[in-house]
Amino acid sequence: MSFELLFQYVVAGVTYGIIYAVVAIGFNIIYNTTGIINFAQGEFFMLGGMTAVTLNAFMPLPLAIMLAVLVTMVVGALIEMIFIRWLISPSVLRMIIITIGISILVREAALHIWDESVHALPYFTGNEVTSIAVGPVRISPQVLWVIGTCTVMVLALNSFFNQTSLGRQMRACSANRDAARLCGISAKNMVTLSFVLSAGIGALAGCVVSPITYVQYSIGTGLAIKGFTVAILGGLGNSLGAVAAGLILGLLESFSIWVMPTAYKDAISIAVLLVILFVRPSGLFGSSEAANLKEF
Amino acid sequence: MERLLEVRNLCRRFGGLKAVENVSFSVKEGQIKAVIGPNGAGKTTLFNLVSGFLKPDSGTVLLDRLAVQDLPSYSIARKGMARTFQHMKLFPKMSTLENVMVGRHIHGRAGFVPSFFNLPWTWSEERRMRREALDLMTRLDIENLAETEATSLAYGQQRMVELCRALACSPRLLLLDEPAAGLNMRETAEMAKMISRIRDMGITVLLVEHDMSLVMNISDEVAVLCYGQKIADDVPLAVQKNPEVVRVYLGEENAQDS
Amino acid sequence: MVVRRVLPTLILIGLVVLTEQVTRITDTRYYLTQLTMTAYYGLVIMGLCLLMGYAGQISLGHAGFFAMGGYLSGLMTTYNLEALKGSSLGSMLTTLNLLVSRKDLYGDVTLSVHPWVSCILAVAFASVVAYLVGGPVLRLKGHYLAMATLGFGIIVYRVVLGSAIFGEADGFSDIPGFAVFPGVEVSGRASVRVANYYLAWGLLTLTLAGLLSLVNSRIGRALRAIHGAEDAARAMGINTPRFKLQVFVLSAALAALAGVLLTHFNGAIGPAQASVMASVRYVAIVAVGGMASLWGTLTMGSVLNMLSLRGYFGSLDDAVFGGILIVIMLFAPDGLLRAHPLARIRSLLRGTEEG
Repeated sequence: MSFELLFQYVVAGVTYGIIYAVVAIGFNIIYNTTGIINFAQGEFFMLGGMTAVTLNAFMPLPLAIMLAVLVTMVVGALIEMIFIRWLISPSVLRMIIITIGISILVREAALHIWDESVHALPYFTGNEVTSIAVGPVRISPQVLWVIGTCTVMVLALNSFFNQTSLGRQMRACSANRDAARLCGISAKNMVTLSFVLSAGIGALAGCVVSPITYVQYSIGTGLAIKGFTVAILGGLGNSLGAVAAGLILGLLESFSIWVMPTAYKDAISIAVLLVILFVRPSGLFGSSEAANLKEF
Repeated sequence: MERLLEVRNLCRRFGGLKAVENVSFSVKEGQIKAVIGPNGAGKTTLFNLVSGFLKPDSGTVLLDRLAVQDLPSYSIARKGMARTFQHMKLFPKMSTLENVMVGRHIHGRAGFVPSFFNLPWTWSEERRMRREALDLMTRLDIENLAETEATSLAYGQQRMVELCRALACSPRLLLLDEPAAGLNMRETAEMAKMISRIRDMGITVLLVEHDMSLVMNISDEVAVLCYGQKIADDVPLAVQKNPEVVRVYLGEENAQDS
Repeated sequence: MVVRRVLPTLILIGLVVLTEQVTRITDTRYYLTQLTMTAYYGLVIMGLCLLMGYAGQISLGHAGFFAMGGYLSGLMTTYNLEALKGSSLGSMLTTLNLLVSRKDLYGDVTLSVHPWVSCILAVAFASVVAYLVGGPVLRLKGHYLAMATLGFGIIVYRVVLGSAIFGEADGFSDIPGFAVFPGVEVSGRASVRVANYYLAWGLLTLTLAGLLSLVNSRIGRALRAIHGAEDAARAMGINTPRFKLQVFVLSAALAALAGVLLTHFNGAIGPAQASVMASVRYVAIVAVGGMASLWGTLTMGSVLNMLSLRGYFGSLDDAVFGGILIVIMLFAPDGLLRAHPLARIRSLLRGTEEG
């Protein structure tokens, strides 16, 4: 195997890996404020990509992406306000079923709006065949867009949660909702905000990656499973862990093509998911003592 | 007297916290033994270790000379140890009678296949379990609650139902985790009487409790835990006079008063 | 008491016969085809109801077990073993009636596994898989259990979709009928439509009767205890891992059996039967039926499946099930039959179900 080919595999792995990490962080944001695993997480990604493609027909690309992200954020907010906000301490089973129902509705709506065909945004710079020389090898500029955008997103989120007052309020809600409420923080608004944020980053990731992977109405479930795998692998709620885990899964998938038919590529992440759930549900970087105390 | 339960050098830590450190004690058959201690002393952890809900890092738990610390909790229950929970865990959406009948579970043998095919002997077993459960409820004077949904009962009644459910296992050793928590004074007195009656039925009792009056009145022996370690283990009068217990306990009581 | 217990079952039998008579009189025999399919789906949801409603363990992978049954039986009864014909093994199996010859669509003679054998093997295989998967999976709770079973379902889906031996996106067709008894063949031919209808509903009624007696027994009580407070159930000496595993295997076996029979009835099976959406539909029906209610699940399942199979939901089929899931879980988490306007029906059912 040549060095160049090896490098291509690594680049592909990192590209997918960082996308998975963003989906996983979407899970984490909502899980941290509500204790809910949002099974509709992958749908935000799909919705962002699809909306941007449609909007791009009427307006320049940057505007279309911004508007698509905004639309998805509104959808996220609406989902929270209509389905989640007014439930009083619902059981885990109930929340699982509700978010599954939401994901089906969103997907079916997408099917009726955009039918079954695959869509893609144009390359942000250049086209399918342009490539940039990085040392001895060449990679597509879109890959750099994906990696760059996602890295910026992760860093921005990190400083949002640690530096800004709003971010700290959200963390306070996740640590102790009642205590946060006593300090005058509106826990309900924080939950809405977490859905908005989660939808926004999913949508943006969906936009930047769509020139490479294409988007279709049905990609949500598969992506959600992978994002969830990464979230668990990195330790549920731990966003930096998610980045590391995302890269691990992305590289694993990318290199799995050597040993398995591509048709089974998706099975890799599910196998990883099952193994990690059975062996170490607290994740690679989580503490198992803490995990025992969490309510799943 | 025979030692029904013997705990030797039990240790359990959570991360850096030593919840239970090198605790040994024993419960003699036919006794009421209490474990007391200030909040966070490791009482409930000790209880969970003894009943198999937590696994100890080291140490042994002998139930009638049989090491049970590595057995799952349901196997320990089958060996004659029943328990209640500090935060009562009655089965929701089930009647009081059904709750108590679950307590009789280990005394039935109808499995999946006989139950699925509705074999006649399963009917008579079911009738027997129902009768036994009702008898026990009558003895605890709660038979009038039989058809009520257990989780809709008043707090004190729920405590009694939980006790009844544990007794339905026909245990040799009964573990009570703060049986008087949340009860008013009258109910606490009733509970104390009930625990004495249970001992008189021939059932050995180990209880964890906050309420000193209850403990001192009915216990045959009292062990005191503080920060995971046992600091005293004697008859109630001697424990009350133990200077270290007085310091730990009254210190805390005073702090609560102020 | 005995009468009150068997009365609902008798009513069900009466309804089954009545429906068949109505289709005869009104000349709407074609309904029987969908009714037969509804009964087979009923088997899956009865099993899932026991697992999810009573024992409280969600499974988002039951379509996987259904597909396992259907696909394996389809494979074994269509796979041409002509190569074995000359061998002593082949002739031995043929004499034992384990292999049968038949003419395929093009008139060629093929040698394949007898449907009875394939049915038993397929259900056994699914049960073994459920046993192996269930061990570790059922230690998980809540979201983790849901994701793990979902993952299992997706693996099965990917395998049938990606394997040439399972026909990839096309699945199997031309699957022969399954002569359960001499003269009673599970197949879609119009001549055996009535027999198939009774066979399916008879099987469903028997299963329902068995499950009803199961949930009203010591076992059923233990399952509900596990659902309600697993810790307390363990403290009462209930071997919770074993009970959960047994229910899981039972429900998987029922799903696989339904898969086998429906595949032979339709003469075909495709990957859609293994999809996540299929699993979610089963969950939706159990939820609508009121979770811990076999009768509610059967009623709502029959209505929804019938409407869906008759095509009343059109292209909104999946959306309808998604919408139902949300609406039920938001407004009536105890099921539609327990919601206020139908409280009377519910108390009526409850009186007979639990009496």
